[in-house]
Amino acid sequence: MSTDQPIENSEAAAPSPVVAALQNEHPEWVSDVIAAFGEITVVVPREHLIAACEFLKTSPDTQFNFLSDICGADRGVEEEPRFEVNYHLFSTTKHHRLRVKVVLNEEDTHVQSVTGLWKTANWHERETYDLFGVIFDGHPDLRRILLPDDWQGYALRKDFPLRGYEPYSLK
Amino acid sequence: MGLENVIAEALPEVLTTRLDSLINWARKSSLWPATFGLACCAIEMMNATSSRNDLARFGSEVFRASPRQADVMIVSGRVSRKMAPVLRRIYDQMPEPKWVISMGACATSGGVFDNYAIVQGVDKIVPVDVYIPGCPPRPEMLIHAVMMLQEKVMKESVRDRRDVPEAEAREAVVPGTLPITDGSTARQNTLPESRPYTIASRHERRRSS
Repeated sequence: MSTDQPIENSEAAAPSPVVAALQNEHPEWVSDVIAAFGEITVVVPREHLIAACEFLKTSPDTQFNFLSDICGADRGVEEEPRFEVNYHLFSTTKHHRLRVKVVLNEEDTHVQSVTGLWKTANWHERETYDLFGVIFDGHPDLRRILLPDDWQGYALRKDFPLRGYEPYSLK
Repeated sequence: MGLENVIAEALPEVLTTRLDSLINWARKSSLWPATFGLACCAIEMMNATSSRNDLARFGSEVFRASPRQADVMIVSGRVSRKMAPVLRRIYDQMPEPKWVISMGACATSGGVFDNYAIVQGVDKIVPVDVYIPGCPPRPEMLIHAVMMLQEKVMKESVRDRRDVPEAEAREAVVPGTLPITDGSTARQNTLPESRPYTIASRHERRRSS
């Protein structure tokens, strides 16, 4: 690790202009900010995701016109909230990055789709649905993308058995 | 006083042999493989045809991209659950006579990938003639497998090799894989019995079957 990027775990050091712009626009959009390893993560409440993303994409200060990745995460069966969805944003004009995080409870794994903002979210969201069972409301075609169509369960959840379920294991 | 003598006198340029020997000799001398490279074993398979190893010495270097023109399918690499119906479909599209070489540990038994995504041995889906161990096997081992297959071909009879009707071939798909058709099972709402796969359950199944 290079020395010019010190490990910072508090938001006190050098508040990001992107986060400041987001907070100025609407304070409720940002429920937490994590700055670590030179990366900034903004935790956004689920109901504000679309509005916050639209602001991040269109505002002249941020201009996040490229969604580089969406990934799900399972924090563990006993964790609450259990799931999180991470959106990795990049601006091709201003060359900065931001990670937007949404946390979800196990009982209600619904989140609004961002396909209306970034078309590339289509397959990323299908993958997250396929492997974690996160339902993206408003997605135009939410089908499995990696696993077979008749698959049961969500393979990257922590409680999914490694060898799969009996009819599918082909032993 | 055999027929050979009579024919040899009448037509000195004629040889007699068994029809099986003749046909098998022709078959074994030009085994055209279908390319089915699935993982790192495919690199060794390509290397086997290169100038250094030269699989062409055994008449098996013409890799065909179309299963209709292929005789032997070299399954080189791990077969995922989603690839399994595709592989079966390619196999069904190959005309008889056809053979299968399972190349490497993954194609043979799943190898180190003992998980939900990988078929634990390609012989769950198609009949395999020659298995090659190794991770990955060297090109020499693939050549050896081709030579073993040639020996096997020489022992066969023409009567053993017939095209099965298409319906029968479709039935041969192992339960649990997707059928080759239009994905109609995906629309069925019948949930199969689901319980985690364990070593114990495998033994249970063996005892019951």
